[in-house]
Amino acid sequence: MSHFLDRLTFFKKYEGTFSDGHGVTTNEDRSWENAYRQRWSHDKIVRSTHGVNCTGSCSWKIYVKGGIVTWETQQTDYPRTRPGLPNHEPRGCARGASYSWYLYSANRLKHPMIRGPLVRLWREARKTKSPVAAWASIVEDADKRKAYTSRRGLGGFIRVTWDEANEIVAAANAYTIKKYGPDRVAGFSPIPAMSMVSYAAGTRYLSLLGGVCLSFYDWYCDLPPASPQTWGEQTDVPESADWYNAGFLLLWGSNVPQTRTPDAHFYTEARYRGTKSVVISPDYSEAAKFGDLWLHPKQGTDSALAMAFGHVILKEFHIDRQVTYFTDYCRRYSDMPFLVRLIEKNGRYVPERLVRASDFDGGLGESNNPDWKTVAFDQSGAAVVPNGSIGFRWGEKGKWNLEEKAAGTDTPLTLSTIDSRDDVLPVAFPYFGGQHHDYFTGTDHDEVLPRHVPVRKIRLADGEVYVTTVFDLLCANYGVDRGLGGANVAQSFDDDVPYTPAWQERITGVPRSQVIATARAFAKNAEKTNGKSMVILGAGINHWYHMDMNYRGIINMLVMCGCVGQEGGGWSHYVGQEKLRPQTGWLPLAFALDWARPPRQMNATSYWYAHSDQWRYETLAVNEILSPLADKKEWSGSLIDFNVRAERMGWLPSAPQLQTNPLEVARAAEAAGKDAKDYVRDGLASGDLKLSCLDPDNPANWPRNLFVWRSNILGSSGKGHEYFLKHLLGTTHGIQGKDLGETGEQKPSDVVWHDQAPEGKLDLVVTLDFRMSTTCVYSDIVLPTASWYEKNDLNTSDMHPFIHPLSAAVDPVWESKSDWEIYKGLAKTFSAIAQEVLGKEKDVVLVPLQHDTPGELGQALGVKDWGRGETEPLPGKTMASITVVERDYPNVYARFTALGPLMTSIGNGGKGIAWKTEHEVDLIGKLNGIVGEGPAKGLPRIDTDIDATEVILSLAPETNGEVAVRAWAALGQATGRDHTHLAAAKEDEKIRYRDIQAQPKKIISSPTWSGIESEKVCYNAGYTNVHELIPWRTITGRQQLFQDHPWMTAFGEQMVVYRPPIDTKTIKPIIDTKENGHKQVVLNFITPHQKWGIHSTYTDNLLMLTLSRGGPIVWMSEIDARKADIVDNDWIEAYNANGALVARAVVSQRVPEGMVMMYHAQEKIVNMPGSEITGTRGGIHNSVTRTVLKPTHMIGGYAQQSYGFNYYGTVGSNRDEFVIVRKLSKVDWMEETAVEAV
Amino acid sequence: MINTFFFGLYPYICLTVFLVGSLYRFERGQYTWRSQSSQLLRRGQLRWGSNLFHLGILTILGGHIVGLLTPVVVWEALGISHTFKQLMAMSVGGVAGVFCYIGLVLLLHRRLSDSRIRKTSSFGDIAVLFLLLVQLTLGLCTIAVSAQHLDGSEMVKLMNWAQHVVTFRGGAADFVADVSIVFKMHLVLGMSIFLVFPFTRFVHVWSAPIWYVGRQGYQIVRARRSR
Repeated sequence: MSHFLDRLTFFKKYEGTFSDGHGVTTNEDRSWENAYRQRWSHDKIVRSTHGVNCTGSCSWKIYVKGGIVTWETQQTDYPRTRPGLPNHEPRGCARGASYSWYLYSANRLKHPMIRGPLVRLWREARKTKSPVAAWASIVEDADKRKAYTSRRGLGGFIRVTWDEANEIVAAANAYTIKKYGPDRVAGFSPIPAMSMVSYAAGTRYLSLLGGVCLSFYDWYCDLPPASPQTWGEQTDVPESADWYNAGFLLLWGSNVPQTRTPDAHFYTEARYRGTKSVVISPDYSEAAKFGDLWLHPKQGTDSALAMAFGHVILKEFHIDRQVTYFTDYCRRYSDMPFLVRLIEKNGRYVPERLVRASDFDGGLGESNNPDWKTVAFDQSGAAVVPNGSIGFRWGEKGKWNLEEKAAGTDTPLTLSTIDSRDDVLPVAFPYFGGQHHDYFTGTDHDEVLPRHVPVRKIRLADGEVYVTTVFDLLCANYGVDRGLGGANVAQSFDDDVPYTPAWQERITGVPRSQVIATARAFAKNAEKTNGKSMVILGAGINHWYHMDMNYRGIINMLVMCGCVGQEGGGWSHYVGQEKLRPQTGWLPLAFALDWARPPRQMNATSYWYAHSDQWRYETLAVNEILSPLADKKEWSGSLIDFNVRAERMGWLPSAPQLQTNPLEVARAAEAAGKDAKDYVRDGLASGDLKLSCLDPDNPANWPRNLFVWRSNILGSSGKGHEYFLKHLLGTTHGIQGKDLGETGEQKPSDVVWHDQAPEGKLDLVVTLDFRMSTTCVYSDIVLPTASWYEKNDLNTSDMHPFIHPLSAAVDPVWESKSDWEIYKGLAKTFSAIAQEVLGKEKDVVLVPLQHDTPGELGQALGVKDWGRGETEPLPGKTMASITVVERDYPNVYARFTALGPLMTSIGNGGKGIAWKTEHEVDLIGKLNGIVGEGPAKGLPRIDTDIDATEVILSLAPETNGEVAVRAWAALGQATGRDHTHLAAAKEDEKIRYRDIQAQPKKIISSPTWSGIESEKVCYNAGYTNVHELIPWRTITGRQQLFQDHPWMTAFGEQMVVYRPPIDTKTIKPIIDTKENGHKQVVLNFITPHQKWGIHSTYTDNLLMLTLSRGGPIVWMSEIDARKADIVDNDWIEAYNANGALVARAVVSQRVPEGMVMMYHAQEKIVNMPGSEITGTRGGIHNSVTRTVLKPTHMIGGYAQQSYGFNYYGTVGSNRDEFVIVRKLSKVDWMEETAVEAV
Repeated sequence: MINTFFFGLYPYICLTVFLVGSLYRFERGQYTWRSQSSQLLRRGQLRWGSNLFHLGILTILGGHIVGLLTPVVVWEALGISHTFKQLMAMSVGGVAGVFCYIGLVLLLHRRLSDSRIRKTSSFGDIAVLFLLLVQLTLGLCTIAVSAQHLDGSEMVKLMNWAQHVVTFRGGAADFVADVSIVFKMHLVLGMSIFLVFPFTRFVHVWSAPIWYVGRQGYQIVRARRSR
């Protein structure tokens, strides 16, 4: 009752004693103990997870007390694994555990905010004008526009109401659509798997407008282009539990304990089981301690190491001794037995391309797609057309499978021509390892290496031709001696011949004995276990310009040893965590495919490269990366020219697409009485219509409105950050180099050059976030969104087979709203405001030749560009296909909130298979209710975020067993095999949102993916290809080690080779011009993922900052630090021609000499002083990078090398970059107020 | 008049606030009832500063209580002369005062110069240190005054005043009407310390764990009982 009175117990305090008076029992007041009980008491626990660039999809208990989220702890109720396999828990990491800090932190966005000068202009204009006219009056006046665009990043936000914010955004969108076209409105949001409904909210809004959705996986350089090249698959990998099944684990450029923390326990458990492990990483990473052996090659030279491993495996397990399992696997599941034509070029024999059925008189009896059917020898040596090549996929049914059959009869293939050879020819292979690089060691071998290859002479329609098999070329490419004589092959591993273990020593620094031992252990284990050798590989080797060489080198090892598609084996690429398991259920919701098809999707790398004008500063000439066997004259032009050619030929998408507003184009076509398809084709051929990509700096082709949500593009992924600031945003920037106009170097040939580069292309940047991120700081409008404990959503991962919810533990705090509600509100305002200038409109949409559609059969036997007069523009064949889509702008809201009619009339599908889905539409109507009136009358409602989750879950085969069975049946039509048994047992299972709130649920096996969910095996990529005989979606239908597209040939990548990093030339122009009196050191700039920020939280989280150093840091070696007189914790500046950044130095033994590591995505907003060089605040890690495109990633319309959104396309690599590091003379915190513009 | 207020009335105001305020805070602000130690932020200067300060101030506090409140008859019965007592007070108090002074200066320096401690200090935390510093300075100054009254006559006036105050006898103020201004200031400031006591970290004095010295038993078990 009273604390004081309760203490007055002098005479009855002691109740008695025990233990001979050593102990005493008291009856004093104990109510103070409640303080400790209340500390951990709570009102409820809600299940949610974290959706940063981490779909670790860990289950968390979110504790709520008095309406406040107080803390979180790990859930431990995952469904159990099968006996003998460790369970999935514990999952979670310190980053995730610190997340609840954000909800009520000072950095939390609480209200909609607008840049001050803009809102003043808006309010002034709105006094007299309607919304769209008001927006026009601001952006059409250059001074008014500059008044706010030039202030981006300099503060000055003002709190406004949701109504006002929505009105400005809607007016800007409507104006832009009317004036320039809907494809000038774009949105960037990454990784749908981390919060599918939030992603879908924005893309659904954009897609209903006809706006552009930008990809992320390729832009982040998380996409491994080698995967689509080899398998026709974006990325598919084993779940982490499958590590436990491996007998040998090679960890290469991946730092599992640090960046895949929740899964790392499987690695530990695998080691306890006895799995051998070798870790390859240039620095002593956290993973290194797991290995039996730690190999530390020089960074960026991994493909040399992989080539040497491959050399050992080929020699010891395929040539000197044949392992039956390996040989059999390679014959059935790889392109190794397929035939390649050899041609004579400049006096040398070179591999030309795969032999096709159409090369033979009569097409070997094939009339459907004979250009796309590849040929091999059967065991009698006769040429046959085996089942499964891509020609069988389209236009016929039942033979697209991996049965050992040709023309309906059992036909085992022959792997090599060596026993039936007609001759042995010296075939020329390109060698790049001798190229000079200032900071990487090369060897002095010739740039062309002729090697003897066994060949057969066969008669084709165009005469007698030498052919050989991919296997024979592969052996020669690796320099393995097969007793055929000739030069450039190695008798022993000690020969200095590419690509022996001895050869790689000079390049990588790894002792040959370790290479031989590792390769032997890897292959020996695969031999004993039928393929249970696994490689876990990551960003450390994927973020290089020639990442596909690193990856193909590793994939070759796996294929040679029969590991892909076998439980406990294969290729485990854990970069980006893209796996959106219920993908086909999500696609209609996300891209409004229920209302209009096709959506506008764009590969972001090419988009940012063009629109942030990074191409104007290009330093890499095409001839530097061409094969020494290519004719340099045939391959002129700069990188953007190649990209434009790819866009023109329909290989890559474009955004914007046409210089003329596509709404105008549709109107003009109608007026001319022509079909839009013919009108556009003719207009392009005659030059009346122009592709936007030919002139990205023309104001008619600028992107105008940009939405950013669930992303921090300007604080993390924006390679070439300073170029973004200058050209897209038009604000202060730190670019130090000069563009090609100023340096006088070779300018692009196909793209228009403007002497004056545009600055500030974007009229409006809108960012949705829950924290004031670096991107928000540079935006015009910032909208406060709900965090992961305040919304309902779905989340899935590569790493485990469950689907997991995000749940609202509390309502969105302050004025924030969920992404779904924000875009829904925007749709409502837009529908009302757009009527001022827009009604029902027709929109001409250009779509590239898409993977998994008949469009992937583009130009089979050569490349002809209509833009250069080499052929005619044929939509869908030699150029993009052209479609007219109807937009109903006044009814965007009605469409946003209802499931449209196309799901019933057309159906659903994905990855080349289609199925009907009326039954599910009916189900959704019953679950969500039916719209009662208006333009969407009678259709199922999608009002709330939970409604949206039910749409996804009902439509997806992974979460609706009935759909899964139907989808497998649809695939069975193409393969001629019955696959429905994979899902039949789950036909009645329907996973709903509240089911997964109760417990995460294992998904149902679906043909969207190449692994299965089973009680017998773990999820493993390629499993259904190997065990269900479903072809890979490549030209041969097998794992494609030989790439025969003419562009691949030209750039020397038919077969995997070692290619040193490129020279970005950012050091020499600047190194002697910016001296500040301190010593300088030039270092390779590496940006790995960190322990205290991503994944699962951002780098402004105070709890995590407290555990690290509380601000921007770089890691460098003791040796380099000594060279530049830097000691630990010194402020340093790192700079090059792209820009500069400041950070403190962590001097560590962990880091090898020659590199500096700056952990990715450290925010510009925390403890960041100004740069001496740029005079602006800090700089982020991407201030010193610039995107450089690789032409081979632009290839399209060619089976596995066909465009898919986030699937194939140019990637934003950045690790070839170098910086100059030196001590900062003065740390300037720049605390004075920025001068307000008039 | 002023004399009557400060030495007749003010003591009761201060004592009332001191007792009622302490009780109120103990009842209503249990979580605020603490010493607010900054030891977690920095250990430096605490070993000397805190120990010297506490040793000094506890000695001084004990000296004041015993010296002021023990009735004159007791001293006489014990045969302790006023002069001897005066000299004891001056010497023991002086030594303790110097200890306390050194400790206090160290603590003050530590509190003001360490940026983390400075940031986490409230106004009161800094103010009480200054308050004590001034009071201590005044107290040390009284030694000089007392040196001129080695017969202890001034001391007896103060004892009478204090004993009249605590025994609620009227006319207490009259005893100190003519003592030195230094004593008067020392008294007023001393009473003011009682006045601010409940609102500062001083409250930890109430909870000094002196019971620990006389505890029974080695292991203490609190009985499970709701009361």
